[in-house]
Amino acid sequence: MSEPGVGIELSHVTKLYAGQQQAAVEDFSLSVDPGELVMFVGPSGCGKTTTMKMINRIIEPSSGSITIDGQDVLSLDPNELRRHIGYVIQQIGLFPHMTIAENIATVPKLLGWSRERTNNRVDELLRTVQLDPAVFAHRYPKQLSGGQQQRVGVARALAADPPVMLMDEPFGATDPITRQKLQAEFLKLQADIGKTIIFVTHDFDEAVRLGDRIAVLGERSRIEQFDTPANILANPANDYVSSFIGHGAGLMRLALIPISDVELDAPDATAPAVDADSSLRDALDLLMVTGAERVNVSGGEGSLTHARISAALNKARHPVEAS
Amino acid sequence: MSGSLDVFLARRWEDLVMLTLQHLAVVALSLAIATVLGVLIGLLVWDRNVPRTAALTAAGIAITIPSLALLALLSPVLGLGWAPTVVSLVFYSLLPIVRNTVVGLREVPAHLVESARGMGMTPVKTLLSIQLPLAWPVIVTGIRVAAQLTVGIAAIAAYVAGPGLGLYIFKGLSSLGSANALNFALTGTICVVLLALLIDGAFVLIARYSTSRGLRV
Repeated sequence: MSEPGVGIELSHVTKLYAGQQQAAVEDFSLSVDPGELVMFVGPSGCGKTTTMKMINRIIEPSSGSITIDGQDVLSLDPNELRRHIGYVIQQIGLFPHMTIAENIATVPKLLGWSRERTNNRVDELLRTVQLDPAVFAHRYPKQLSGGQQQRVGVARALAADPPVMLMDEPFGATDPITRQKLQAEFLKLQADIGKTIIFVTHDFDEAVRLGDRIAVLGERSRIEQFDTPANILANPANDYVSSFIGHGAGLMRLALIPISDVELDAPDATAPAVDADSSLRDALDLLMVTGAERVNVSGGEGSLTHARISAALNKARHPVEAS
Repeated sequence: MSGSLDVFLARRWEDLVMLTLQHLAVVALSLAIATVLGVLIGLLVWDRNVPRTAALTAAGIAITIPSLALLALLSPVLGLGWAPTVVSLVFYSLLPIVRNTVVGLREVPAHLVESARGMGMTPVKTLLSIQLPLAWPVIVTGIRVAAQLTVGIAAIAAYVAGPGLGLYIFKGLSSLGSANALNFALTGTICVVLLALLIDGAFVLIARYSTSRGLRV
């Protein structure tokens, strides 16, 4: 019943603040496919958040055009536009004087939904983000943990089933364990709802874990590279991108390759077993921890050695030539 | 020789109750007017530097005018009784109410306002359903300070024939040496203090029940 995502097109978008010599965002053009999760990743102050906020006109662009589903956002009433774009910010921004249910009902109320429709939607969303409505609907934000508040933040953004979501470092303020959990839940949720999402982060690991495509941004929001995580890790466009990836690119890439993509040796029942739907990184991890020669892929289809893993990584190194 | 207090009270308690109620009424009326006016001024100036500084400075200077002097200035224009009393009480109440409205609104975290605007709330709706409720505990504190201030100043308004307990205090003052001078001054003063304590207690309850449970500490 959820509305699928729509395309977003930014074309020659520039933001120049009054009284400043240099643009905060300069000539930014990017096209996001319907249902795609695009990560904007870059250092603090590079203009990634400014770029995102121009899409819902929290910040007005100085020039250029932005369309959502072919419609020019600058021609729409900003309040009406924002009611159809989910918005999640790092501080979450739950209203402390309202209950969880009232918070989630914010946009439905603005859209004039009936009480019954709103209440049903609130219950549905709370269950979607794994919070029991009977327990949480009438609590206040301060009574929830950081992770629970962040789930409510996502539920509130989804309330009116917007085709597009903008997320500004939504998991940035949570501890690493909670963050990983929220990321995993979020990926599962996105697999169901297929929204078009622009997700801003300064954490490259997070970008790799979540993104369908990553836009690596430099100063003034210049696009240094825009590609899938695997392609960026395998073939960074320039030194800037390489330095942003940092160390451990090989391990990050292994995490992106499922075991099912790799040619296997004959099964070896005596070797330690790794789950068939895990990644090459998990397989390598097991090899290191056990010190074994090879690991058996459970299900009995075959086994993996260091050499196999290494070969798979190098085969993926030149995806363009290979195809 | 002074008359005994119990005889004095027995003879005048009805009078005293009426004066106390008058005192309460003039304070309540003035606070109601000052709250509407003060919050309105606060809303108009809080996010603009020059008007805000101007309003707070003007209110700050205004409050330094001695109350007796203000009454003396108002009386030729407004006559005697309720009118100059209410006007002067509103005048003194404005500073704490405007100041706390401004402070309360400025303390609302910017990300909450951005969050509201980002979901498509209009500026007016954001002000009324997010900013004002969040600033409310601070605004109520301002009204409470104004209440304390005006209970005391209202007593002085008896000088221009204003309503309330000031009548007894001035009676005592003007009949120094007579049998009941001390009784008048003492009962007037004690009732003002008791009324102030009572009103302060009422504000603890008002603040509690007019603030969202999610904001209570």
